[in-house]
Amino acid sequence: MDKKNNSLSAILSQFRNWIQMAVTILTNIHLPNFFNGQIYGGRAKMICVPGLNCYSCPGAVGSCPIGSFQAVVSSSGFNYSYYIFGTLILFGVLLGRFICGFLCPFGWFQDLLYKIPTKKLSTKRFEALRYLKYMVLLLLVVLPVLVTNSLGMGDPWFCKYLCPQGILEGAIPLALVSDGIRSALGALFTWKAFLLGLVILLSVVFYRPFCKWLCPLGAFYALFNKISLLEMSVNKGRCISCGKCVSACKMDVDVTKHPNHAECIRCGMCVKACPTDAVRYNYGFKKRRKSI
Amino acid sequence: MTSWKKRVVQIVLLLTGVAFILYGASRGEVEIVLSKAVRICLECIGIG
Repeated sequence: MDKKNNSLSAILSQFRNWIQMAVTILTNIHLPNFFNGQIYGGRAKMICVPGLNCYSCPGAVGSCPIGSFQAVVSSSGFNYSYYIFGTLILFGVLLGRFICGFLCPFGWFQDLLYKIPTKKLSTKRFEALRYLKYMVLLLLVVLPVLVTNSLGMGDPWFCKYLCPQGILEGAIPLALVSDGIRSALGALFTWKAFLLGLVILLSVVFYRPFCKWLCPLGAFYALFNKISLLEMSVNKGRCISCGKCVSACKMDVDVTKHPNHAECIRCGMCVKACPTDAVRYNYGFKKRRKSI
Repeated sequence: MTSWKKRVVQIVLLLTGVAFILYGASRGEVEIVLSKAVRICLECIGIG
C-alpha cells in the first residue's frame, strides 16, 4: 500500500502539467465558439468548475464559483448563495488547494508564463502580501452581499473590477471575432486589461503572483488546507532533512514543518524533489502511519 | 488538531456542503446561476 501511494504521488507530481492542460481543455471544450463569438448555453453551466474559469469564456463548460456566487448575491431574489457556498465547501473539504495546483486554468496560465526563461525573483520577502487575497475575498466577494441598491441588487465587485480571467478568457476571444463587443469595450476593459498585463509580467519573474496575493478563490480554499481529505504528509522515518523539498517549493512552504500550510497548492514539487520518497499525498479518512 | 477531531470536522463540513447545495437548489438559486452563466457577463469582460 505504501509503495502504491508513493507511485500515485509520483505520477501526480510528474504529470501535473499534462493534468492541468487536460483540465483547462475539458473545462473549455466548446472550441467552435471561439470562432463564432458565442458562449455555451447548455444546462451544464448550472454546475461550478472548481477553479477560476470565467463563464463568459466561449468554450466554458461550467460556471466560475466566484462569478456564480456574485451573480446570485447581486440578483434581486437572494442576497446570499447557499448553493455556491455549499459547492465551495465541498470542493474545499475534498481537495483544499490541490484545486489551485492542478485544476485551475488561470493557475496553469501562470505556470506556463513562469517557464519563460528570465531571471526569477523570490517572493519570500513579500510574505505579508499573502494576506491581501483574504482582503480581496472579504471586501470584493463577501462585502457585496451587504451592499445592495433599493431593489436589492448588487454589483459583482471582484468580477467587475479585479478578475483578470474575464479579460483573458472572455473579453479577448470575444472581441477578436465580434465587432459589437469590440466597439463596446471601454474604460473598465482598459483597467482590467492593465491588471491582466501586470499579472502576466509578474508571473514571468515571480511564481504565481495572482494565486499568492490576489485570488479570492485560493484564499477560500486555503482555509480548508489543514482539514481537507487530500493532504500532504512527510514520513518521519524516511525524511533525511536534506532540505530539497524546501528548495523545490515555489510557494515558500517548508513541507517538513507545515505539510498542510495554507499557502501550499499541493503541486507536488516537493514530492518530485524528495530523494527518499518521504513526501506524499494522502487521501481519505483512514489513519496514516506516523508522519511529521 | 487531533485525528478524531479532524475527522469530525471533515464529516460535518461535507454534510454542511451537501445540505447547503440541496437547500440552495430547492430555493431556485441554480436557475439564477444558469441564467447568468448562459449570457455574456458584461461586467466580467469589461463592458460594465
